[in-house]
Amino acid sequence: MERHFERDLNELKERLLWMGSLAERAVHQAVHAVLDSDEQLAKRVLDEEDAINELQIEIDDRVVQLLALHQLMAMDLRFVLAVSRINNDLERIGDQAVNIAQGSQRILRHPRVKPYVDLPRMSEVAEEMVRDALNAVVRRDVELARKVLASDDKVDHYRDQIFRELLTYMMGDSSVVFPAFELILVAKNLERIGDHATNIAEDVIYLVQGEDVRHPTVDRR
Amino acid sequence: MHASVRPAVSVNVNPPTVTSGREAATPASMRMNINKLNFFYGQKQTLFDINLGIATSKVTALIGPSGCGKSTLLRTFNRMHETVRGTRLQGEILLDGQNILSQDVTLLRRRVGMVFQRPNPFPKSIFDNVAYGLRINGSKLPIAEAVEKSLRHAALWDEVKDHLHKSAYELSGGQQQRLCIARGLAVEPEVLLLDEPCSALDPISTAKIEELLVQLKDLCTIAIVTHNMQQAARVSDYTAFLLMGQLVEFSPTPQMFTTPSDPRTEAYITGRFG
Amino acid sequence: MNPRLRWRKFVSNFMLTLTGVCAAVAVSALFFILGYLVYHGGTSINWDFFTKLPAPVGETGGGMANAIVGSAKLLLLASLIGIPIGFFGGIYMAEFSNSSVAFVVRFAADLLNGVPSIVIGIFAYTIAVLPFKHFSTWSGGLALGFMMIPITLRSTEEFLHAVPRALREGSMALGASRWRTIMSVVVPAAYRGIMTAILLALARVAGETAPLLFTALGNRYWSPGWNQPTASLPAMIYSYALSAFEDWHRQAWAAGLVLLALILIVNIFARVILARGAAVPRS
Repeated sequence: MERHFERDLNELKERLLWMGSLAERAVHQAVHAVLDSDEQLAKRVLDEEDAINELQIEIDDRVVQLLALHQLMAMDLRFVLAVSRINNDLERIGDQAVNIAQGSQRILRHPRVKPYVDLPRMSEVAEEMVRDALNAVVRRDVELARKVLASDDKVDHYRDQIFRELLTYMMGDSSVVFPAFELILVAKNLERIGDHATNIAEDVIYLVQGEDVRHPTVDRR
Repeated sequence: MHASVRPAVSVNVNPPTVTSGREAATPASMRMNINKLNFFYGQKQTLFDINLGIATSKVTALIGPSGCGKSTLLRTFNRMHETVRGTRLQGEILLDGQNILSQDVTLLRRRVGMVFQRPNPFPKSIFDNVAYGLRINGSKLPIAEAVEKSLRHAALWDEVKDHLHKSAYELSGGQQQRLCIARGLAVEPEVLLLDEPCSALDPISTAKIEELLVQLKDLCTIAIVTHNMQQAARVSDYTAFLLMGQLVEFSPTPQMFTTPSDPRTEAYITGRFG
Repeated sequence: MNPRLRWRKFVSNFMLTLTGVCAAVAVSALFFILGYLVYHGGTSINWDFFTKLPAPVGETGGGMANAIVGSAKLLLLASLIGIPIGFFGGIYMAEFSNSSVAFVVRFAADLLNGVPSIVIGIFAYTIAVLPFKHFSTWSGGLALGFMMIPITLRSTEEFLHAVPRALREGSMALGASRWRTIMSVVVPAAYRGIMTAILLALARVAGETAPLLFTALGNRYWSPGWNQPTASLPAMIYSYALSAFEDWHRQAWAAGLVLLALILIVNIFARVILARGAAVPRS
């Protein structure tokens, strides 16, 4: 029997997915603002920031209402709680994208430090993590979520690599310190984006299987 | 240059549709208005200065602990309190702007119907139960059509369409209650009052009737008394909280259950007192 | 087993046996009467009994056709008086009166019920026979009607009271007037009980003799219309049983058997109606 609160749950899901698509787009545009030295893209990211933040507030309101008004159980309850957490991670992803976009604006003022080799690869992995995490939410796909979890190491590895490389550049030539430093920050932002995508994947596993897979080193006894 | 040929977004979504959920704003119109209502049972006063509005095409719930007067209040809306000796009412109750206390009571009860706590079908067939009100009050449609229409609205038609001439007592409790709802709907009331309609029913029947009420909003205004505040949270648009004959708080339901204004409301809702 | 326990067991068994014996005596009284009637009257039950008029005094044969018809007429009139008054009076008491009025009426009805039938007979004689200077069928019907009133009134009231308040509320909430509610919902809910009570009342007055002796009296021939005295089964039993004629004695037994059979059939019928169909909704 269909219950009327299912409509509310569907509307909640719609909004979360829309927010996810906005966040994904923000990351993509911000990264390409850096990689393609595209000022327009950077500006677009900054303009679209508000939409993501408004959605976060609206989703939180809806979560509170759903929990107060309906005695949600089992999958419905886990879903709403997962949405609440994913909501925050998406907003942070949006923030990180904004940071990258702002960074790109500062980098633009300087000549390019070096051909970007690792950065595009790292950004591809990070974007794919975000995309896969969101698809995992849509399809409730635990396998896909686990794939995202496994990719986190790759992103961390790229970040370390970029750090080392750029440090070397900075030590060799003090004139590139500003742009190089900004690039390090961009790498840092991408790594944080990867972390948030990982969080989302963990929430999907909780939602589907009821299993809390965060912090594997913590003793759960 | 990495000009992306991939689509900007992978998760194929559309912008969300505008919500049709419960509104928090003050409603545009009130079907009924209760002004300065005081109610006496003999010498004892049981309702004190009640001011309330029942919003058109919405569900308004009356909640509160046992004996708070919510059923008493509901029964004044169709003057059923007059069937008990010794009751006295002060104040006014308006239906579409007109005071119901000065109207003919049988005409009023056609416009404001009631469903009771325990299902009370008449000792007649299913068909005759639904047709009863039509035969008394007259019907625009042919009776058989009107009966079918009501039974459909009450989500009972499919279960009884081949057994319309069986006794109403052969139905289960939940079905009997839906029959009583159909009986009330048959005369096309403007307002339907329900006095703890699910308290005698099992959870599945209760869920069916709750879903029914949400759908019936478009057909008529609904006022429901319930001792189960979760039920009020699930189905109503507006909730009134009564305590010892007084109206403590009256708000849109989402607000009542997330941020109530009165500490007594908060204590009741959080289960701090029964 | 200690003596105290043994004594208690003995007392218990003794009382059990004693109460059983009493019950058996009560039941066997009925069977005894029935058996006696069948034995003595069974042979006189024949076609003649139902169709022929009484034979002239001294002759054997003949029947009680006029008494049967007479009893039927008396019961018809009694019903016409007793049922409507009792029924509508019962409705008034159950639905409209307040408790003090209802108490008074109930008390009066119970008293009337307890008035000896012969007193009712004298009363009917005084108001329906004396002024007109002759006995009549209608005065007999009147007397029997008086006897039916309290029974029908009380039972109508009881069965209407037994109808749950919720049914009345349901009807009134749909905009029905009080009267419509009573006739369309409450009475139909109670009708089985009321009908049973009426049938039992009829069965009871069918056998009343004393009032008839002062009103309808008796008649050896057909009694046309309502103004003549009429024969009736109980009155015939009275006069035949005390007579000197053997034949008449047998016919009295036969009449008794017919009366008892009638009462038995009505009782069984009434119980079947009451048992078949609950007027109260199942929960």
